Amino acid sequence: MATETTAGTASTSTCVVDGSAVGMPQLCFDWWPNQIFWLIVTLVVIFFFLSRIALPRIAAVLAERQGTITNDLAAAEDLKAKAVEAEEAYNKALADARAQAQDIINQTKAEIKAELDDATAKADAEIAAKAAEGEKKIAEIRANAMESVKDVAKDTAKELVSVMGGKADAKSITAAINARMKG
Amino acid sequence: MATEAQGEEGGLVFHPMDQFIVKPLFGDGPVGLFTITNVTLWMALTVIAVVLLMVLGTSKRSTIPGRMQSVGELAYGFIYKMVEDVAGKDAVGFFPYIMTLFMFIVFANFLGLIPMSFTTTSHFAVTVVLALLVFLTVTIVGFVKNGAGFLGLFWVSSAPLALRPILAVIEIISYFVRPVSHSIRLAGNLMAGHAVIKVFAGFAAIAVVSPVSVLAITAMYGLEVLVSFIQAYVFTILTCVYLKDALHPSH
Repeated sequence: MATETTAGTASTSTCVVDGSAVGMPQLCFDWWPNQIFWLIVTLVVIFFFLSRIALPRIAAVLAERQGTITNDLAAAEDLKAKAVEAEEAYNKALADARAQAQDIINQTKAEIKAELDDATAKADAEIAAKAAEGEKKIAEIRANAMESVKDVAKDTAKELVSVMGGKADAKSITAAINARMKG
Repeated sequence: MATEAQGEEGGLVFHPMDQFIVKPLFGDGPVGLFTITNVTLWMALTVIAVVLLMVLGTSKRSTIPGRMQSVGELAYGFIYKMVEDVAGKDAVGFFPYIMTLFMFIVFANFLGLIPMSFTTTSHFAVTVVLALLVFLTVTIVGFVKNGAGFLGLFWVSSAPLALRPILAVIEIISYFVRPVSHSIRLAGNLMAGHAVIKVFAGFAAIAVVSPVSVLAITAMYGLEVLVSFIQAYVFTILTCVYLKDALHPSH
C-alpha cells in the first residue's frame, strides 16, 4: 500500500492516490501541522485586527451614537417643556384678557346704568316740574274761566232783567249769581 | 474536481471527499509545516473578509451607519449580547476572543460555500484546535478564578449525597467529552453537507436524473447556508456556556 502510494503520487501524501482522497482527508495527519500552523496565524491576525482596531472602534461608534441619541432626547425633552411653558403662558394671557374684558364690560355696564339712572331721574324731575307748571296753568285758566263765566252770567242776567222791563241793581244780581254758581 | 463523476471505466464514480484534500498552491511538493497550501489561501481570504467587514466597513465611524458598518455593528452587538447574557457580565473581557472565534468560523463557513472553494472549518485539524483552545481557556480560567472551588463543578451539591460520586464521574466524563463534541459537531456538519452536495452533483452525470439532482443540490445548498451560520452560532454560544461554568462553577 505504502509503496503503491509513493509510486502513484510521490509528490503529495499517502492520503491521496491518483488525485483523489483515500478515506477521509480530515483524518490525514500528514496535513495537520500545516493546517494548525496556518489556523493559529489566522486566528492571531484576526484577533489582532478585531481587538486593536475593529472592536474599540465599533464600541466608540456605538457609545457615540448612544450619546447623540441621549442628547437629542434631552434636547427634545427641553423643547417639549418649553412648549408646555409657552402654552401655559398663552393660556394665562388668554385668561387674563378674558378677565380684563369682563371687568371692562362690568365697568361699562355700571357706568351706563349710572348715566341712565341719572338721566331718568332728571327726566322725571323735569316731567314733574312741567306737570306742576301745567297744573298751575290749568288752575289759572280755570279760575279765569270762572271769572269770565261770572261776568258773562252777570251781564246776561242784567240784560235779561232789563229786557224783561225790570231795573235791577248790580248788587243783587251779583249776589244771586254767586249763590247760583256755588250751588 | 469531484464533480467529474464520469470515471475512466464510463460508470459513475464519486469522489465526494476530494474537495477536502490539502495541497500546496505552488508546485507539487509535500505538505510541510510552513507550506503555502489551499488552507493558507482560504484562511487568508477569511482574514481579508473579516478585515473588510469589521475594519474597512467601520472606517467611516459614521453615527448613522452605512450598510457595511450596520452589518459590522450587528455582528458586534450579536456576540457582545450573547457573551453578556450567557456567560455573564464578568465574561466581557473574553469578548474579543469569542468574537475572533465567531468571525473566523462564520466567514470560513460561508467562504466554503463558494463552488470549488476549500472549507477550512470542515477539517478536524482546525476545529479540534479551536475546541481545545476553548477547553484550555475554560479550564485555566476556571482554576485561576476559583482555585480548587472549580472542582465544585463536578460535585453536584443539589443531588442526594449517595448519588454525588456517580454524578461526579458522569460530570467529569462529560467535561472531557466537551472538546470532542465541540469540534466534531462543527467539522462534521460542514463535511457532511459538502460531501452530500458532491454526491448529488455526481448523479447529475446521468441525464435522466440530473434535473432532480440539480434541485437536490439547490435544496442542500440552501440548507448549508443555514448550517454555516447555525454552526458558527452554536460553537460560539457553547463557548459562552463553558465560559460561564469557568466563571461561576456552582450549579
